[in-house]
Amino acid sequence: MSADTHNKVGTTGLLGWIDARFPLTKMMREHVTEYYAPKNFNFWYYFGSLALVVLILQIVSGIFLTMNYKPSAEGAFASVEYIMRDVDWGWLIRYMHSTGASAFFIVVYLHMFRGLIYGSYKTPRELLWIFGMLIYLCLMAEAFMGYLLPWGNMSYWGAQVITSLFGAIPYVGTSLLEWIRGDYYISDITLNRFFALHVIALPLALVFLVVAHILALHEVGSNNPDGVEIKKNKGADGKPLDGIPFHPYYTVKDLMGFVAFAIVFALIVFFAPTVGGYFLEAANFDPANRLQTPEHIAPVWYFTPYYAILRAIPDKLFGVIGMGAGVLIFFFLPWLDRSPVKSIRYRGGLYKTFVAIFVVSFLMLGYLGLNPATTTNTYLSRLFSLLYFGFFLLMPWYTKADKTRPVPDRVTFDAH
Amino acid sequence: MSAEADQVDGGRRHFLLVATSAVGAVGAAATAVPFLASWRPSARAKAMGGPVEVDISKLQVGELMKVEWRGQAIYVVRRSQDMLAKLAANKGNLRDPDSVESEQPEFAKNEARALKPEYLVLVGVCTHLGCAPLGKFEPADATVAADWPGGFYCPCHGSKFDLAGRVFKDVPAPLNLTVPPYSFGPNNTLIVGVDTGAA
Repeated sequence: MSADTHNKVGTTGLLGWIDARFPLTKMMREHVTEYYAPKNFNFWYYFGSLALVVLILQIVSGIFLTMNYKPSAEGAFASVEYIMRDVDWGWLIRYMHSTGASAFFIVVYLHMFRGLIYGSYKTPRELLWIFGMLIYLCLMAEAFMGYLLPWGNMSYWGAQVITSLFGAIPYVGTSLLEWIRGDYYISDITLNRFFALHVIALPLALVFLVVAHILALHEVGSNNPDGVEIKKNKGADGKPLDGIPFHPYYTVKDLMGFVAFAIVFALIVFFAPTVGGYFLEAANFDPANRLQTPEHIAPVWYFTPYYAILRAIPDKLFGVIGMGAGVLIFFFLPWLDRSPVKSIRYRGGLYKTFVAIFVVSFLMLGYLGLNPATTTNTYLSRLFSLLYFGFFLLMPWYTKADKTRPVPDRVTFDAH
Repeated sequence: MSAEADQVDGGRRHFLLVATSAVGAVGAAATAVPFLASWRPSARAKAMGGPVEVDISKLQVGELMKVEWRGQAIYVVRRSQDMLAKLAANKGNLRDPDSVESEQPEFAKNEARALKPEYLVLVGVCTHLGCAPLGKFEPADATVAADWPGGFYCPCHGSKFDLAGRVFKDVPAPLNLTVPPYSFGPNNTLIVGVDTGAA
């Protein structure tokens, strides 16, 4: 081998030839075989890799859906029916995609909750958290635009309601609305542009953000249920004492998680793809009719907590601001949390109480957002909106006042 | 320091760097304009949004008729004298009784919010989040409220409007229902989309 094709990683043969020209082995080592992750990961650590699996599933099933879908007001609804009835296995591909959308939010919410209870957003992982939040925003936009594409009546009115939120902005609202819709109402033009954003622009942004999220993770290293920095305790070989290589340890563990996930996923796809109207709403089996609002407009379950906040506020502009703030406030967690410890394991009762209040509020808002805005429901929505924001806005106080316990030097771990 | 480095004119380099970046940024911004502008309603969308002429000769008193204009339902209601007489009583319960903040042509900025009081012409889109309000013209309609004076009720978020499309207090909708530009043509026709400012 000549000197100029010699590579630094010491591989030979075909791999050696590649490694002299492209950092294949170097990247594999950095991110997979020699990426040291804490050895005390638990159940909560399945959801990051599951989110990646669902992303791939959505991209693949989405590509195959576009092969038969027609992004026009004339043809959209019929083309979805065509996929369901006439295309071989079309029903399966479509149900995988529709179930995948809800599955995406389930794993992402659990993944975010993991970050919340173990303080994974705290120094030095603030930027990692922000990339994650940007992924979440992108995912919301992706889900919203994707929901218009079947051109069902709920698709239509959901898009009508959500785009009209921009109309609440003073002065520029109306022109902004026309600019977003490209028409005076949700029309063929709007559908076509949402399709472009849903299949090209947003997936590209999502993939880019996921890469940034993983690069940031591998730069700072994974947090763990104890919130102990494993890089502080390194062995003579320079590897963290409490770390194990991602591959094969966690690839195998995540594979186990994937199998469990796939069983549940398959059960839904094959036996209950609408999940009683929660994953696919009944009104969406009627084609879009712009002169007929469905009886009760509710977004799909993953947006309902924010929708409940919007409805709780009896003023359009402030309602929109409240809803936006409900989402964006997560970005500020790294700076709202003043606790000296990361993990809930070493925090006191005060913090645990607030986390419990947050979980109850989020679930209750989600429930209320699915149901009609009766007087009682509106008052309940107001109460839980206050508690929801209380969790964030009082955080600087209660995380400081909280009685924390000393964090051990090493992670707690029982060899099984 | 090499001789070459000594000869570098730092000020000149800095100037060129800033000037090139500034011109580049202006170019990038200018290039973005056509892309962003392409999102505005196209010439065809604007043309399709032209005026619509409808025959209202068959509309009975107390009836609601829906006409489509710009993809929106336009509600045309022929109100009875009794309905018009009761409008004044709502005043205290309304958010914008004189239509100061609401959207309507100049000719409809009155209590009946109409060019001819008998005919109420409204955009059938709730000013809250764009649902279609329902016509609940009978007073004390059990599906709305016992003290209901008659008007429009939005089933999505419970906004209430009176028989002139004026919004009641303590509901999510901020403004009265929009009155579109319209005028009356010959032979009992209504032209939605053209405001001549006169009956």
